[in-house]
Amino acid sequence: MSTTGVAGEDRQDFTTRENKAIRVRSIALLRVLVRPHRVRFGWTAIMIVASTAAQVAGPLLIAWGIDIGLPAAVDDGNFAPILTIVVAFLATGISAAGFLAAYTRWSIAISQDILGELRRRIFEHTQRLSLEFHERYTSGRIIARQTSDIDTLGELLSGGLSNLVAGLLFLVFTAVALVSIDPPSGVALAVALIPIVAVTWWFSNASRREFRASRIYSTRLIIQFVESMAGIRAVKSFRREPVDRAAYAAKVEDYREATRRTIHVFGIYDPALKVIGTLTVAAVLLFGSFRVIDGTLEVGALLAVVLYTRRFFGPIEDLAMFYNSFQSASSALEKISGFLEERPSVVEPANPAPFEASRGDIVATDVAFAYSAGNPVLPKFSLSIAGGQTVALVGATGAGKSTLAKLIARFYDPTDGVMTLDGRNLTTIGDVDFRRAVTLVTQEAYLFSGSIADNIRLGKTDATDDEVMAAARAVGAHDFITALPDGYDTDVNKRGSRISAGQRQLVSFCRAFIANPRVLILDEATASLDIPSERLIQSALQKLLKDRTAIIIAHRLSTVAIADRVLVIDGGRIVEDGPTAELLKGSGRFATLHRAWRDSLA
Amino acid sequence: MPTVDAESTPPAGAIRGLARILPFAGRDVYGLIAGMAISLISSALALGIPIALEALVDGPLRGDDPTLVWPAVGLIALLGLFEALFIYLRRVAVLTPGTRIDSRIRNAIYDHLQNLPVAFHDKWQSGQLLSRAHTDVGLMRRWLSYGAVMLVGNSIAIVLGIAILFTWSPILAILFLICSIPMFVFGSRFRNRFTGLSRAAQDQWGDVATSVEESVHGIRVLRSFGRGNDSLSRFAERATHGRNLEVAKGNARATLGFWLEWIPDFALAACLLVGVWLASQGDLTTGQLFAFFATAAVLAGPIESVGYLLALTLEAQSGLDRIFDIFDRDNTITSPAAPIVPKTSAGSLVFEDVHYRHEGGDGDVRDVLNGVSLEILPGETMAVVGATGSGKTVLTALPARLYDVTGGRILLDRVDVRDLSLDTLRTRIAMAFEDATLFSDTVRNNVLLGRHDLVDAPASESDAVLAQALSIAEAEFVYDLPDGVDTMIGEQGLSLSGGQRQRLALARAIAAAPEVLVLDDPLSALDVETEARVEAALRKVLSTTTALVVAHRPSTVMLADRVALLDNGRIAAVGTHSELLATSATYRHLISSLSDEPIDVDDEGVSHEHDRSCG
Repeated sequence: MSTTGVAGEDRQDFTTRENKAIRVRSIALLRVLVRPHRVRFGWTAIMIVASTAAQVAGPLLIAWGIDIGLPAAVDDGNFAPILTIVVAFLATGISAAGFLAAYTRWSIAISQDILGELRRRIFEHTQRLSLEFHERYTSGRIIARQTSDIDTLGELLSGGLSNLVAGLLFLVFTAVALVSIDPPSGVALAVALIPIVAVTWWFSNASRREFRASRIYSTRLIIQFVESMAGIRAVKSFRREPVDRAAYAAKVEDYREATRRTIHVFGIYDPALKVIGTLTVAAVLLFGSFRVIDGTLEVGALLAVVLYTRRFFGPIEDLAMFYNSFQSASSALEKISGFLEERPSVVEPANPAPFEASRGDIVATDVAFAYSAGNPVLPKFSLSIAGGQTVALVGATGAGKSTLAKLIARFYDPTDGVMTLDGRNLTTIGDVDFRRAVTLVTQEAYLFSGSIADNIRLGKTDATDDEVMAAARAVGAHDFITALPDGYDTDVNKRGSRISAGQRQLVSFCRAFIANPRVLILDEATASLDIPSERLIQSALQKLLKDRTAIIIAHRLSTVAIADRVLVIDGGRIVEDGPTAELLKGSGRFATLHRAWRDSLA
Repeated sequence: MPTVDAESTPPAGAIRGLARILPFAGRDVYGLIAGMAISLISSALALGIPIALEALVDGPLRGDDPTLVWPAVGLIALLGLFEALFIYLRRVAVLTPGTRIDSRIRNAIYDHLQNLPVAFHDKWQSGQLLSRAHTDVGLMRRWLSYGAVMLVGNSIAIVLGIAILFTWSPILAILFLICSIPMFVFGSRFRNRFTGLSRAAQDQWGDVATSVEESVHGIRVLRSFGRGNDSLSRFAERATHGRNLEVAKGNARATLGFWLEWIPDFALAACLLVGVWLASQGDLTTGQLFAFFATAAVLAGPIESVGYLLALTLEAQSGLDRIFDIFDRDNTITSPAAPIVPKTSAGSLVFEDVHYRHEGGDGDVRDVLNGVSLEILPGETMAVVGATGSGKTVLTALPARLYDVTGGRILLDRVDVRDLSLDTLRTRIAMAFEDATLFSDTVRNNVLLGRHDLVDAPASESDAVLAQALSIAEAEFVYDLPDGVDTMIGEQGLSLSGGQRQRLALARAIAAAPEVLVLDDPLSALDVETEARVEAALRKVLSTTTALVVAHRPSTVMLADRVALLDNGRIAAVGTHSELLATSATYRHLISSLSDEPIDVDDEGVSHEHDRSCG
């Protein structure tokens, strides 16, 4: 089984080799993200070192206070040593706190910048991936990548990273300080490392599995949530609530159990470290006590040794916490890096020469298209559409009209053969240039949150208010827009619920109108319009299409009437092709279809 | 950009917030209390270690009796082991209760959201909802099972520790306390600043989630216009705002961290100086001084953790506010307390002076429906014709109470629809929408969605219903799908074309076998041949079923016995298609074909036929 890209996203167990491959790609991604910040990282690390060193000095100074300052004061009435020590203690305290505050700020800024970059990458990649990918990878999954996975990573970066560096340094400094005060105690510490490593190895394996499960279940939860909230009307009208509720509750329970297990694994690891710590402290204390009695060790030194040994285990717990969030974050990073590894099947050329459509000639040479091998949607065909022509695609549902339109709009690339626009292979044209030249308007007219005017401007971002209004007038949308509460500034809310399907299509037409492309493709773009609106659109289209290439897919043959040429498609093949008037006079499929439509007007 | 700030309830205090969780906790609250108690015990054990140390230093180490070293060290080891045991027990105690409360809240939010009226969902983007139902709930769980427990445990440990400091040296303890006072000042300053930031950040991330959702759902539009980069920069703008809020939060935490680190150090320095002086005066033994600092060292952990725990608490609190923002929305469309059980089930549907105005509409905006009166007889099919945006879709959503009328009433078999239970009402009225929503499920389950009665029925019976519905809707293509009617469709399954989806949605409405069928332009995505076949089959169903059909085309109108013309929020005329054609200019304008349109294509046949057809 493959683990490339998003494949294997729902699996919990991988072979050693797969695990390694996944880990390599996750770490590679992390490295790329961290690299631009390495200078700031360096400074942050230095501040962490400074702060930690100052903190480590604390117990040492207290030990000196008791061993040197106290006898001097008690025996000689000399307070100078203790004053010096107290001043030093204050100085280290303030620098420890100051550096702590500074590195906290820095590390949060760095981690937020890294997260921001990752969010941007995922977003950009989402936009780059082909529609083919989006048709199988649900929106809920992408939302899960962008929300809960990023959050998990955020926990690691904001808290964990400074934990890691500070913890490791604290560990080293403490060990050094301990050995310098009392080398034999250092031996005890070294021995303690053995069980620590063993417990950590166990934790690493156990938690990886649990965190992976937790990511999978959290994604499933998000997918169902998004789906049922988006389809709430259908949920309500068909009383699907109980079914959905039960399904959601089952997913919540899976997620709960996975979460419980991740916490439980850590719940064993954490006290296990505590046990090792306690036993080490006891050993150091026991050994130290006898040496104090022998007179080979000062009481103050013993206190310092005990405090240091205790402190040694403090950062180990921090490191455990870090490791915990690292495990959690790496399973999120696995999913994200897999998503980013997906290659779009429609690739933008690396260094495209600039392109500007002139005539709008579209030529398909020996083109074939299949979603999967051996299952052709469009068997091999050739087609030439002269610039300026208005071509209607006619045929039953599922005949392949939309697929042909999507090939021309380069939503897909042909499996075989070459598509050209004004003689340039589509695959060699840069996306920005291509989209300026070719626009596809679909039946599903999606409105984004924001104002009506914003939505129209999607067609031309720098359009003036006058241009927006002119476009709306041209397609007959002006009247309904001005009747809205805030006219062009009306917020369309979620999914344009207050705006009817027909009105959405009008807005979508405004977009196409204002975009003013060389080639316009309309895929059932008028299906929801009422007849007067359609009539307006028809006359607007006639003006609009006069000097550009147009491909129109419409079940309503009224729209077809404005075409110069008709292509009848059946089972992925072009079965009739000719000027509209000519085909009408014949007795072919188009003539039959047209008759049926005429009858439907009754 | 629309945020929901304006609608937020004022932030509740931590206690009130906690009290609101209680109903979800049930008996699990005992687990949390046990966790707090155990955390207190483990802190107390940790504080016992310095006491044992003092005994060691002032006892055997002074040379009293070297053999006593063994029990003293043994005691210290034992205390440590018990501390570890109690840490484990604390985790075990809160583990299941914490996750169970989390689950209950998740389920409750989901239920509540499902019950909230469509008008609520029109206004709230699902990104915002998701960030509350997922992220904020997770935050709450971490706070409940870690933050709250540790905060209580640590606070008591700090009090206890200070009490122990008093036993070693009252003067030093008082000095330590006085020096610690500024911590409270900085703590409360932090609290004020952080609360606002945390709420703003959470709202912002909700908006970011909405951006993501829209960019995925609208990807075809963005792709066709090549607007990926623009949407990216809008998204980046929102995300950068979120980042800035997070950085501000981090800075607030850093400032608090500074004081929490520095003030105890300052206090310890003062104590060291005074302690040495006291010892020099003979008022303090070395062992006591030793123990004082060992206790203070144990205290350092809990004091430092207060900053993190406080931040966690404040975040959880504002997350909780956001969660309760949702719970506080009342479900305005509910079953009545005493629903009427209808005696007759003929299926007459009557609109009586029905008004509808969108929620939050201004005073000067007229009602979308402004006094609609319409009677649909049992078994009759009524088409609704009206200009784009005339309120047809709202009209169709009212009988099944997806929205409630804002004036007048709707009667189903002479009973106000608001007097029926929602379940009864929605069993009796089935709908097919123009934008067909299919769920991630099998074809079979999607089509039989409305037939809860068939869940336990024999397969043969449900198969028959399924086959009939699919045949009427001309949706037999599903038998050619990879797994036939058991093929997974919807977002997580096979993607279907618009026409295919629409036919399945129609099949779903037919399979529900309702008394009243409401169809909102159900055939718009079908090609002419398919539409003709569907209509022929549909006619049989409609001959016995009351139906309300939104129509844009003459062909759809032909399904109806009568036609209602919706104009300016009112029913302007009711009659048969030919009556209306004869009497209403508006109707002719709306429904007649494109005959009066100047056609560039010089095909006389077409225009001629058009002229004739609209007679």
